[in-house]
Amino acid sequence: MTAPATEGSLPQQRGRLARVPSLAAFADGILITLMLGAVILWFAPAGMGRYGTYVLSLWLVTSIAVMGLNLTLGYAGLKSLAQAAFMGLGAYATALLTTKVGLNWYTSFALSGLLTFAVGLVLGFPALRVKAHYLAFVTLAFSTLIWLILRNEQWLTGGVFGLSNIPRPSLFGLKLDGALAFHRFVVIVTLILAVALWWMIRSPWGRAFTALRENPIRAASLGIDTRMYTLLAFAIGSAYAGFAGALYAPLVEFIDPSPFSLSQSFFLLLMVVAGGAGYLLGPFIGALLGVVLPEWLRVVGSLYLIIFATIVMLLLIACPQGVSGLLERGWAKLTGKGKIGKTVAGKSVAPNTGGRS
Amino acid sequence: MAEFIAYLIAGIATGAIYALAAIGFTLVWQTSQTINFAQGEFVMLPAVLVLLAIKLFGAPIWLGALIGIAAFILIFGVGFKVAVVDPMIRHGVLPLAIATMALSIIMKEGAKDGFSAEAQNFPSFVPTQTISVFGASISLQHIAIIVVAFAVIGLLQWFVGGTRLGRQMQATAQNPTVARILGIPVERMVLLTFVINAALAVVASVLISPIYLAKFSNGEVIGLFAFIAAIVGGFNQVRGALVGGLVVGIVDSMAAAYISSSYRLAVPLVLLVVIILLKPEGLMGRKEERRV
Repeated sequence: MTAPATEGSLPQQRGRLARVPSLAAFADGILITLMLGAVILWFAPAGMGRYGTYVLSLWLVTSIAVMGLNLTLGYAGLKSLAQAAFMGLGAYATALLTTKVGLNWYTSFALSGLLTFAVGLVLGFPALRVKAHYLAFVTLAFSTLIWLILRNEQWLTGGVFGLSNIPRPSLFGLKLDGALAFHRFVVIVTLILAVALWWMIRSPWGRAFTALRENPIRAASLGIDTRMYTLLAFAIGSAYAGFAGALYAPLVEFIDPSPFSLSQSFFLLLMVVAGGAGYLLGPFIGALLGVVLPEWLRVVGSLYLIIFATIVMLLLIACPQGVSGLLERGWAKLTGKGKIGKTVAGKSVAPNTGGRS
Repeated sequence: MAEFIAYLIAGIATGAIYALAAIGFTLVWQTSQTINFAQGEFVMLPAVLVLLAIKLFGAPIWLGALIGIAAFILIFGVGFKVAVVDPMIRHGVLPLAIATMALSIIMKEGAKDGFSAEAQNFPSFVPTQTISVFGASISLQHIAIIVVAFAVIGLLQWFVGGTRLGRQMQATAQNPTVARILGIPVERMVLLTFVINAALAVVASVLISPIYLAKFSNGEVIGLFAFIAAIVGGFNQVRGALVGGLVVGIVDSMAAAYISSSYRLAVPLVLLVVIILLKPEGLMGRKEERRV
């Protein structure tokens, strides 16, 4: 995530002083990319038809969940195996609150985020007290539990028959029932959430976070409460899954337990890695590979999951920073900064992916 | 009381299966820092491969079993180490753990697409009868599982503690650097643990599949219970994995019988949280000092 070195600066001088402006410049690049992407996606569905528009919206909704997991995995180095379960929690909460309780979508959206955030705190607290990798097993078991509840508690969740007729929200009195109108709504929400994450990473809070990733022991000795920060990262990451679920429910208008299974959580995690863990734009690339590409490769059908997993494994061997890392390498080669770019990438990513978890 | 004994025996039997998986998981973790998230699929796949060999080559059961088991140990013992762990470990523990998740998806989906999406019967090597002990009807299969699993675990304990090769392996697990200085072929020892892990998975698979049937999705549950067993026992203790497996198996069986059979999968989560809160180092574990 570190920016390529500013022109003319010697590697030795790229200490604290030179690093901050270059990072800011790079981050602004991210912000511009996000804005541009939102504009393009606003108009993109033209001529794509209902289904094409739906796939685009689904891509963005998945990206939100992957963004959250990227915060957990890419920035805090924690393995959460329950992102799909958190998404399910958000989706069911929103579906129930809008259909049975009669709340409007915005309140349900906020409550879904709050619920998943709280559950994240409750799950993460005991696990992170011991060892970071215990979180993987706690979330693994949690995933199974959520799956059971969704399937067994028919009176609440409709069991395998799911919940249907989930209403779409309206904005300033405008109904967003059409595919295009709702897609544009998804674009706006995704943009807001992405910018919020971008801001979070840049804030002092996020800086502490990066310190934590780069060198946890140093961070701890500088007085950063590492446990609190990792716990918060996990909880916020989970809340993003809740937000994604709250958008997912009105998008598909019908939910059942299957998209929230353990396999889906694994799948979301692979999307983070494929896109590039620790890169703000990585989740969009990862979700593109995971959600949109299989739509184009319809012929391979159910084999897609195997192909995708194999690609991720090969990526992990060749370039653990995922597609974003590959792009960064390519960019560094193109601009003739191959050497510097590489050391920067190596420095910033090695502790992230190589730290003992 | 008779009912209780029956559930207890069933719990010990499934617990022994979880213990086999958990011991393999722990061994591989100890020697190579690999957290194998595909461990459940490792137990699922051998049975599928055996059935596939029988189906493809029209082989008799014993030959099919031989082909399937040999193929599994070669691919997921040696191959896993050489093709996945070796190239990945230089990037660190986290990418490797994620790679095993990708592997679990490949194994699961591969079994579904390449073999069958439905549960298939798997031949049992003992008759599917029940016998009566103190009024409790106990399945012969459960007895066979307990006998075989404990024999295998006993054999492993003897190998690790009583033979030269086993001691070399143990030394590698405890301190690879010192082991290397002492002239132990560390690389070969690490490979050996992967082969043992695959072999234990084969034993577990052959024992459990006649009861659970061979199905691509079996690994999820078995894996989950095996991880929990490893943690409950103390994450890096082979003895702990055995105890953890039995505890998890018995608690699971009792919960299914006396609390709720549809929520038996909630048991591991509860057990895990209780252990983490009360005795985070596990039942058999020692308090671990983290080195910087």
